[in-house]
Amino acid sequence: MSRLSALKATAATAGILLPLAWGGVSWAQDAVNLRMTIWSANEAHLALFNEIADGFKQTHPNVTVTFEPLPYDNYVTTLTTQIAGGNPPDLAWIFETSAADFVNSGALAPLTDAFTNTEGYDLADVTDAASALWTKDGTLYAYPFSTSPFAVFVNNDLVSEAGAKTPAEMIEAGEWTWDNALATAKAVADNGKEGLVIRDFNFQTWQNLTAFWRGWGANAWSEDGKTCTFTAQPMVDAMTRLHRAIFVDGALPGPGENVDFFAGDAAMTITQISRASLLPKEDPFDWDLVPLPEGPAGKYSVIGQAAIGAFANRPNTDVAVEFLGYMTNPENSQKLAQFFPPARASLLNAETLSTTNPLLTPEQIEAVVVNGITNGQVISGHTNFAQIQQTVRASLDALWVPDADVTAVLQSVCDSVGPLLAR
Amino acid sequence: MSDISQQKRPFWTIARKDAAAGYLFIAPQLIGIITFVLIPLGLVFYYSLHEWNVLANTFTFVGDANYQMLLRDPNLPPVLLASAIFSAGLVVVNMSLALLLAVLLDQKLKGIVVFRTLFFSPVVVSLVAWTIVWSFLLQANGGINGILQVFGIEGPNWLRTPTTAMISVVVVQVFKNVGLNMILFLAALQGVPKELYEAARVDGASRFKQFRRITLPMISPTILLTSIITIVGSLQVFAQIAILTKGGPGVSTTVLVYYLYQQAFQFNFFGYGSTLSILLFVIVAVLTFIQWQMRKRIVFYEN
Repeated sequence: MSRLSALKATAATAGILLPLAWGGVSWAQDAVNLRMTIWSANEAHLALFNEIADGFKQTHPNVTVTFEPLPYDNYVTTLTTQIAGGNPPDLAWIFETSAADFVNSGALAPLTDAFTNTEGYDLADVTDAASALWTKDGTLYAYPFSTSPFAVFVNNDLVSEAGAKTPAEMIEAGEWTWDNALATAKAVADNGKEGLVIRDFNFQTWQNLTAFWRGWGANAWSEDGKTCTFTAQPMVDAMTRLHRAIFVDGALPGPGENVDFFAGDAAMTITQISRASLLPKEDPFDWDLVPLPEGPAGKYSVIGQAAIGAFANRPNTDVAVEFLGYMTNPENSQKLAQFFPPARASLLNAETLSTTNPLLTPEQIEAVVVNGITNGQVISGHTNFAQIQQTVRASLDALWVPDADVTAVLQSVCDSVGPLLAR
Repeated sequence: MSDISQQKRPFWTIARKDAAAGYLFIAPQLIGIITFVLIPLGLVFYYSLHEWNVLANTFTFVGDANYQMLLRDPNLPPVLLASAIFSAGLVVVNMSLALLLAVLLDQKLKGIVVFRTLFFSPVVVSLVAWTIVWSFLLQANGGINGILQVFGIEGPNWLRTPTTAMISVVVVQVFKNVGLNMILFLAALQGVPKELYEAARVDGASRFKQFRRITLPMISPTILLTSIITIVGSLQVFAQIAILTKGGPGVSTTVLVYYLYQQAFQFNFFGYGSTLSILLFVIVAVLTFIQWQMRKRIVFYEN
């Protein structure tokens, strides 16, 4: 081939290939694949999310959303590792405890303007109480799609077998207190099954104990997050009671024991209502859902929150924000409400919630969900929560032995975590 | 311009061809080492001089601040102590058990191959699966305490008290890998010339003296090799800790690699995590160097 003909051939090839490549690029720009990390691998939850994603595809045929369940235990670690590795998801489900880290860092895209401009979104309907944790300088950075009170699931069969009053009967009689609840748990444990399980605590995830110690008015740290309050009297009282319930009464399974309420192994469990989907469908036991018992500090409720944020400075951030606006619009919020109690005032009533939540009775919804969200306080989070969590966990380990000195252990918690909080 | 003196010798001389072929042969390994060892090593050192906030996406040069922190970190002494206890426990238990098994299995008995296979089999089991099974056995109401109960013994809560937690992670690791050292020892034992024992017997040496004076010196190169592999391996233990104890109770089983993981991946202090891995690198390098030096004094080479 002469030099000239080679040149011609090259030009011709380029002439054919370049438009193709160009077409390929524009095609690639059109197809948008969004990835959202979630911590639930529950099939019912996934089916609902996929249904919402399919709805979005009707108006945005080029957008595909995939949901990636990550294990609960390592959720935040896996998420930040993906970010560090340069492969962040487009959207992520974020816990209340990490809210400060994510909202303050600038990792998330602002949502307020986009949502305000979305027709029919009605951002004003989202309560300030629900969005407080996710707002910085008046701008919303993640949508609190689940504002879920902690409540007690009860296995009435096991309680009755042990000859104890059911929690519903105790509520009726005005006797639903922690002392009575723990006595019932002990009765069931003495009868051969387990008493009360604080779900996902596992003697590691101590922040889930908030649902217990708030009954004594205790908190992990002060309102401003600067001072450790593990040594305050309410916390000492609460932990002393908990320690006795575990190691003297056997009302709660001890460390290293795996007990699943939903498999019918325990009388009661403290968890959020989204777990109702775990109730056995075949051969079910007689279950009930009741509010947390009254503590020495009176009636109280504790809320766990989860929000969805869209990561900023990603190629598809705009589409991700748009999808989030669709996912959490009034219509879809109502669908999500069957597992995740909504942050919208208009949906927060027993009638609306009971139509979306076939598992729960209107009374359960009124007592647990509506009252819980109205009066509840969110679990405390903190900046650098992971480090604080581990530091407290390490010191608190000394408490989970039969002959622990509760006051001394709690002092050691404050000694080790104090400097981190004051920072 | 076609001057004959301008004509160069052909580029591909025989020496160059040989060299190129040689490089081609080592290329697969070399590319692997460069990509997965040398470049990451350089990057880790680079990261250790920076503060990297993953969420805020900031990456700032901080000089030796992370190394200063290393000196002041109150958690580091207990972490290094836990690493030392783990490594020492592992090396002692693993090596003596491996040697014992090797000596016992170095016999011409019917069916001995079955036992050799049995003891080696954990080596080929997935580490995570192995550890998860052990985590069930070691629970307070798990299999081991169930067996102890049959004999009327109240077993401890293995993974929840500091001493037993450390013993547990050591034993789980030993049972997993003792087969590998056992096979190496077995091969070494079978390489010892039989006439040496014969001569010793003629001289009236006892069985113990034969082991002490013939077997040990003859297999000492293997002992050195296995001890280096075991110590370096023990410093890299991670999965067992992550699955069995998560570094607890307290920080009693937080070994250096797990601490590094916590700092970098859980707390997002990637700069400080990188500094810790430099420390780990230095420790491994120093230990290997010391052992290599010791070979001159301890190891017996026939030639």
